[in-house]
Amino acid sequence: MASSVPFDPRVLRAPHPVPGAPDNWKRFFSFNTDAKVIGIQYMAVALLFLLVGGLLAMIIRGELITPPADLVDPTVYNGLYTMHGTVMLFLFLFPILNGFNNLLIPPMIGAPDMAFPKLNAAAFWLFPLFGIILMASFFVPGGPSGSGWWAYPPVSTQNPLGHFINGQFLWILAVALSGVSSIMGAINFVTTILRMRAPGMTWFRLPIFCWTAVAAQTIQLVGLPVLTGGAVMLLFDLSFGTSFFRPEGGGDPMLYQHFFWFYSHPAVYVMVLPVFGIFSELFPVYARKPLFGYKVVAIASFGITVLSLIVWVHHMFYSGTPQWMRNLFMVTTMLIAVPTGIKVFAWLGTLWRGRIRLSTPMLFCLGGLFNFIFAGITGIMLATVPVDIHVGNTYFVVGHFHYVIFSTITFGVFAGIYHWFPKFTGRMYYEGLGKLHFVLTFIASTLNFLPMHWAGLMGMPRRVASYDPEFALANVLASLGAFLLGVATIPFILNIVSSWARGPKAGPNPWQAIGLEWLLPSPPPAENFEEDVPTVISGPYGYGLGRPLVEHQERYVARSREA
Amino acid sequence: MTPSTPPAPTPQRRFPVGAVLLIAAAVAADAAASLAMARSSHHWLPVQASAAAPYVDDLFALETGIGSFIFMGCIGVMLWTLLFNRAPKYDMEDGDPIEGNLKLEIAWTLIPLVIVMLIAAHAIRVSDTLATLGGKQRVLGGAQAVQVAGAADAGAVGGVAGAAGDFGPIQVIARQWSWEFVYPDGTRSTELHLPLNRRARFRLISMDVLHGFYVPAFRLKQDLVPGSVIDYSLVPTREGRYRLRDSMFSGGYFASNQTDVVVQSPDDFGRWLAEASRAPLRESPNAARDLWQSRLARGDRGWATVPPASPPMVHVIADPSAPHEG
Repeated sequence: MASSVPFDPRVLRAPHPVPGAPDNWKRFFSFNTDAKVIGIQYMAVALLFLLVGGLLAMIIRGELITPPADLVDPTVYNGLYTMHGTVMLFLFLFPILNGFNNLLIPPMIGAPDMAFPKLNAAAFWLFPLFGIILMASFFVPGGPSGSGWWAYPPVSTQNPLGHFINGQFLWILAVALSGVSSIMGAINFVTTILRMRAPGMTWFRLPIFCWTAVAAQTIQLVGLPVLTGGAVMLLFDLSFGTSFFRPEGGGDPMLYQHFFWFYSHPAVYVMVLPVFGIFSELFPVYARKPLFGYKVVAIASFGITVLSLIVWVHHMFYSGTPQWMRNLFMVTTMLIAVPTGIKVFAWLGTLWRGRIRLSTPMLFCLGGLFNFIFAGITGIMLATVPVDIHVGNTYFVVGHFHYVIFSTITFGVFAGIYHWFPKFTGRMYYEGLGKLHFVLTFIASTLNFLPMHWAGLMGMPRRVASYDPEFALANVLASLGAFLLGVATIPFILNIVSSWARGPKAGPNPWQAIGLEWLLPSPPPAENFEEDVPTVISGPYGYGLGRPLVEHQERYVARSREA
Repeated sequence: MTPSTPPAPTPQRRFPVGAVLLIAAAVAADAAASLAMARSSHHWLPVQASAAAPYVDDLFALETGIGSFIFMGCIGVMLWTLLFNRAPKYDMEDGDPIEGNLKLEIAWTLIPLVIVMLIAAHAIRVSDTLATLGGKQRVLGGAQAVQVAGAADAGAVGGVAGAAGDFGPIQVIARQWSWEFVYPDGTRSTELHLPLNRRARFRLISMDVLHGFYVPAFRLKQDLVPGSVIDYSLVPTREGRYRLRDSMFSGGYFASNQTDVVVQSPDDFGRWLAEASRAPLRESPNAARDLWQSRLARGDRGWATVPPASPPMVHVIADPSAPHEG
């Protein structure tokens, strides 16, 4: 973009975007250590991969709209669904939530940046690297991994063509690198929140988003080394002939399942906890009320963290797990309903007698909460051993976890994007397009994921490329929903691109929200509050209480308006 | 800052008859609707063809009822606030600054705790009643598995012997991608025949990768793990033909790996078995092999897969076109 506007060439060397400088965009393609640049990098790349994963989903649903496998070969189908799951988890959800962490944590706690900016940038740049490795696996002989995102051996170690570089090899490499990147990120986020809070910001004055970030990133630090260890052993079984998991050499395929789920079940909470954080931030803003039971909601996050680490065997109820272990893990799994229920009831309590404003972020929060209550109930059903033995590994599970991962987590992600869009771009999005996006997404996701439960109850296994005709109706509905969901992203993309380019300017606090990030100009300057960090004197979410959040609040408000 | 609407007049220190009646009516409506959901949940499931099925369905109905009650209760609160707690346009006022309510918070911590623990206790009792999973013996791969599973005694590999009146053990052998059943007299088939109302005992073995023995009409599934012989048992309670599906992803032609279970009266079953044992061994038809050959005929396009194992040689072959009931 050629520009004739004169500017000081020193701004090009500044590590952060400078308002009005013509070459700001170049920073997004460099090894930049500004958390706000990294946050936007994460989000932009993750949203691109959302489109890739969505495209794969639509091919999958195209295949499943009729009972026989007539659109693609069954082996291609296996590769597509494996890559759909892998892309959505490792290239969309984890990165986009790290984007939120980068954008939100420093301003929310009044820190100038992350504790380890270079580590932060390195963690980000691993993401395009393993993204490219995973995408490259589409083009190696034999195609990408087709063993599902669990990569259970022995299917994952069969290596039919016998090549050293194969789809499964690249898949393991990409997932292991993703784990390394996430560990680097987790160290950074936890350290920042522990050490860099503004004066006066005690634990019980910390916004819930930061509580959930610590809770989620603790899971990463405990669980990821286990997954990475399992992945390394799988790689050795696949490529170097070891037999950690191969029965002929004395190994046991069940061992891998323990390694895998020890991390990969808590991983769901790594994704859902920040979204609980987003809900807890947004409901008070749009209901104009304090968060109901703030302290209990905050502590419940750690209840979820602890419990999430001791439930993994519920994925293995029909793998040959003895009855007493099934019972034990059923009980721990069901206990998760308690801290999660506390949060749900607290959000409902926040809505009660509020003055609710139905802006787009609030619509996505309400839709996400609606779907999450449903997903929680099917979750309890799945935790119940005898019911799970019938519906486990069927479309009931596929319906359940899409209600969690899309209809709750991704709804929360959209809510967060709309809510903080004016803060980090300085522009307002278009409310009409936002509402259209919500309505289409809600209808489409319901049409897509609700009928799956019914197919599963009738006995349709997950991961099939073809099925018996009695499941046809549920699958036609789901496929139509999936195509509509593809259409629903169009208003989102239009909205984000056009508002960022030429949307109306947003003030520092368009939602009259309470929080340190809303005391900064939009977009916030590179170092947030720089030397002048406010002293926090009260807890968050003081809506209607008429108390200031920080000392000399008027001065900060005035300054944020001047910029 | 002027309030746009006066606060709703609330009677002070008087028993709120209207509110209590409204809540009672809402709870009653919620309970009635939840009961209807629990009753209709039976129609979302296939026919009940095993002793386990009624237990599983009743547990599912119980959870559907409780779940519906909670879901509709929460959504009811949400809708109420959306109807009556909306801010008018351009209203910049805040809501009631309620920061919490300790009694309420304790209640909504303890009540869910009690509910889920009661469900869990009930589910443990149901599992104990079903007692489908037996012992497990580790082996080194397929050949040894067949040897262990084929050992003549009718007792369990895990050391628990079968009771008198049981039928079996039937070896269930899964391959990529076929099912083979070996009866105690050595008869082999690719569809599973079982006598009605007798506990059938199985020894589950896999020759290659993980598979899942799943009969939706029985509401039961159990993985077949390579390197293990797993004891399993169930009681079929309804005559008919039901689908048996591979439920644990097993690679390339996983979706084609299904066959039927035929439950017959003991007399019919006895006749079938006697007749079957006299039939000559022949190669069974196999859907995965057909797909593989049509792929080769098209120039082997597609992504990598291991080729299907050769179809088992059996006395009785399955009829995939026969109508099944669930």
